[in-house]
Amino acid sequence: MVKNVLSAFLFGGAICFLGQLILNFYISLGVPLQQAGNPTVATVIFIAAVLTGLGVFDDIANLAGAGTAVPITGFANSVVSMAIEFRREGWVLGTGSKMFGLAGSVIMFGVVTAFIVGLISALI
Amino acid sequence: MQVYTEQKKVGKQSVLMGKKVAILAAATVAGPKESLGPLSNFFDRHYEDTILAEKSFERAECRMLEEACYLALGKAGLSPEDMDYYLGGDLLNQVISSTFCARSLAIPYLGIFGACSTLAEGLSLGTMLIQGGFAKYILVATSSHNCSAERQYRYPTEYGFQKPGYSQWTVTGAGAVVLGPAGGKGPRIEAITTGKVVDAGEKDPYALGSAMAPAAADTIYNHFVELKRNPAHYDLILSGDLGGVGKKLNEDILAGKGFDITPYYTDCGVLIYYPHQKVNAGGSGCACIALVFLGYYYQKMLAQELKRVLLVATGALHSPTTFMQRESIPAIAHALSIET
Amino acid sequence: MGSYFTAFLVGGLICVVGQLLFDLTPFTPGHILSGFVVAGGILGGLGIYDKLIDFAGAGALLPIASFGNSLAKGAMLEAARTGVVGILTGMFELTSSGITSAIVFSFFMAMFFKPRG
Repeated sequence: MVKNVLSAFLFGGAICFLGQLILNFYISLGVPLQQAGNPTVATVIFIAAVLTGLGVFDDIANLAGAGTAVPITGFANSVVSMAIEFRREGWVLGTGSKMFGLAGSVIMFGVVTAFIVGLISALI
Repeated sequence: MQVYTEQKKVGKQSVLMGKKVAILAAATVAGPKESLGPLSNFFDRHYEDTILAEKSFERAECRMLEEACYLALGKAGLSPEDMDYYLGGDLLNQVISSTFCARSLAIPYLGIFGACSTLAEGLSLGTMLIQGGFAKYILVATSSHNCSAERQYRYPTEYGFQKPGYSQWTVTGAGAVVLGPAGGKGPRIEAITTGKVVDAGEKDPYALGSAMAPAAADTIYNHFVELKRNPAHYDLILSGDLGGVGKKLNEDILAGKGFDITPYYTDCGVLIYYPHQKVNAGGSGCACIALVFLGYYYQKMLAQELKRVLLVATGALHSPTTFMQRESIPAIAHALSIET
Repeated sequence: MGSYFTAFLVGGLICVVGQLLFDLTPFTPGHILSGFVVAGGILGGLGIYDKLIDFAGAGALLPIASFGNSLAKGAMLEAARTGVVGILTGMFELTSSGITSAIVFSFFMAMFFKPRG
């Protein structure tokens, strides 16, 4: 388990380090500070999507564990892997319907939490 | 109608079959990982990838199953028309691989579901059908495919997930057997112990070894007690896919009940891959026992290097839904005493 | 915001928490990541998560908890502007980039790639 924890730390840290590089790159392009997160996240998702498509993300994730699962790369991989896998069942019944099969709970819990938090903060 | 009178029901689960039915021929088809494993030379056909240039993993699995069937029939010098029944099962929903294979073979079909215990279940039922005078030749076949199983039971194949160390790797492959009246060198079915469903309360779908070991121990124990035998009666006691974790648990449970099987016992799950192939606790799936027994040990029996084998195929009978509903995993083990 | 060192450190530590939960609890990744998002949402509501982003930059932006924070912030900001209905209309404002790119890239990946197992 110690190996897993160390691995998660290193891979997770490395992904965030890479993310920081990308963030600073967009800032240097003139993107306002508060907005710079958006293209950064999109870029990282793109990278994770391509790695998933190429079939290497799962091999990296087997080593990295939470190091790839916890950052947005995990979210991207869950959506892309479902989309690719169920392509066999077609665009409508497969990819389209199943795409959020794994990530759906993350979205649901996030939105419900934000709704409650928003409600509380609006009523205070 | 002929009725053999030698078979005897001995106890609640066991039947003596009198060595009237034999394995006339067997064939195995192996996937890429299995073809790189230690028993690769004993398999009849090898594939380098899991898709076989088919449109889906499911079609690839079906093709492997059909090939195993045709290879076995060829080795027996028989054709599908000679078969009275085809007994088949696999891991996919509604045992669809076997059904599509049955469609190609056009043999009267009895689909069965025993998960990874399918081979033993099929051999048991096939032997009973022949010995009961209802058939002369029966084809028994099973398959499993790593990707089609993962896709159905667990996660999409490209999903990044760290499997726990006690998990197992579903074998990609297929095995087929032609059963018929004993006559030549084929090993004969001497006794059958049909398992009961045993649920040890295991809920983790990655811990199938510990889910199935209690079922294996239960069937083996009842086999010994009902037939008044002990482990030394056999040259080899072979379980299907308990893996490293389940194998040890099985040994411990039986030792606690007074039977030390360790000197005679091994498990197909730990034999089919090398440790460096990164399969955690070993192989699993219907094809695990099919490849290892029908490929390797069956040939040893033909060569008279092994005279008495107790084949114990273990199956985890959960569905993709039961895990989500927090149900535990019911398991079963079927045992066949096979002698040359 | 953030520095290379803090991004690496905080990102790594958040992943360590995740790994401990993976290894020591019987929960699936889906459960645990949902937990992270809820935590991010609550910390976002309290205004704490933004401070973490200032400190750690990508080290706090990339973990999935940030998604919860963005959802909460989106809802709260719009509610502050237009009233309670803003919770509904502003929810996906800050997370649109992430969700849209995930969907669009998935579509194209499914078009060009096959699963390899």
